[in-house]
Amino acid sequence: MIAWMPVWRIVAAAAIVCATYPAIAEIPMSERKSGYEFMGPDSRAMQDEDTANPGMLSVLDGEALWKRKAGAAGKSCADCHSDARTSMKGVAARYPAFSPAVNRPVNLEQRINMCRTDRQQAKPFPYESKDLLSLATFVGRQSRGQPISVADDENTRPFIDNGRAAFTRRQGQLNLSCAQCHDDNWSGRLAGSPITQAQPTGYPIYRLEWQSVGSLQRRLRNCLTGLRAESPALGAPQLVDLELYLMWRARGMPMETPAVRP
Amino acid sequence: MTARALINVPPKAKRGEIIGIKSLISHEMETGFRPDATGQPIPRNIIKEFVCTYNGVEVFRAEFFPAMSANPFVSFTTVANESGTITMTWTGDNGFFATESVAITVE
Repeated sequence: MIAWMPVWRIVAAAAIVCATYPAIAEIPMSERKSGYEFMGPDSRAMQDEDTANPGMLSVLDGEALWKRKAGAAGKSCADCHSDARTSMKGVAARYPAFSPAVNRPVNLEQRINMCRTDRQQAKPFPYESKDLLSLATFVGRQSRGQPISVADDENTRPFIDNGRAAFTRRQGQLNLSCAQCHDDNWSGRLAGSPITQAQPTGYPIYRLEWQSVGSLQRRLRNCLTGLRAESPALGAPQLVDLELYLMWRARGMPMETPAVRP
Repeated sequence: MTARALINVPPKAKRGEIIGIKSLISHEMETGFRPDATGQPIPRNIIKEFVCTYNGVEVFRAEFFPAMSANPFVSFTTVANESGTITMTWTGDNGFFATESVAITVE
């Protein structure tokens, strides 16, 4: 109950704030900021120090899973990819990436599950399960500091455009688009909290409100619930397209996984 | 899966120096006040006590309560008197027990 009240107030305030400002275009490259820059010194210190960052617990769990054999094939991730510190460096910064197998982009969690079903012949992990998040956090950690660089080519462009359309489309009972807050009003505040630019630089994140790590899709569904819009299921193509657009929008910004956010 | 802990103790210190000790342990710290999807209360499952000893001498003790966050982080200071081992233990509900030790060299 406690967690719900501020959300209700935030969206009500959003309706008022956004109605009074004219729409402006995408954020210029030079003005882009990670959510990190909107945080207070305590939260920054928590993210900066590996022994204080609770996301690192997930990285350790992921490292153990990386080495564990699984499935009918009896293979571990390490059997094919060996040392993640070299083989996975920069990989998470390129996701969501186009997969010819399904003829559309897949996010990192989906790619891990494809490996699980095809190579390890194991059951895929459920979305937002501890194991899937741990592996994604561990793989993501190997890209810390690397610039975000999702492919922008003839394969991915239609899906980036889909994501942009979703970002700028008014939806929900509040009839707001993502862009009205995160492009037009990111320097403002809602109910005391800063409105950020929605740059997905550190996923999976350790969110203090969640008391756990969570994926970008979980975060997107939070915002959609706040708009009182219908949330697509975890793993839905619409959410992957939106993820892809957001990563494209944050192109060149350094990865922070596992980031800490309030 | 066993609990994972992250410990930050300076490996070396000067005699008499005040050193910072930081610890983070994975634990869900379930309050006991939340219902599950069927409306049944989820039983409490928390860490109840944290103790730090320095060469066997207790230097810090804390009681934990249901209102504390998941994955509790504890930071405190002590005086580095001698080389040896700093040991931390966490005990809690359902027989939870975890311990971690780190060495420190005092010059």
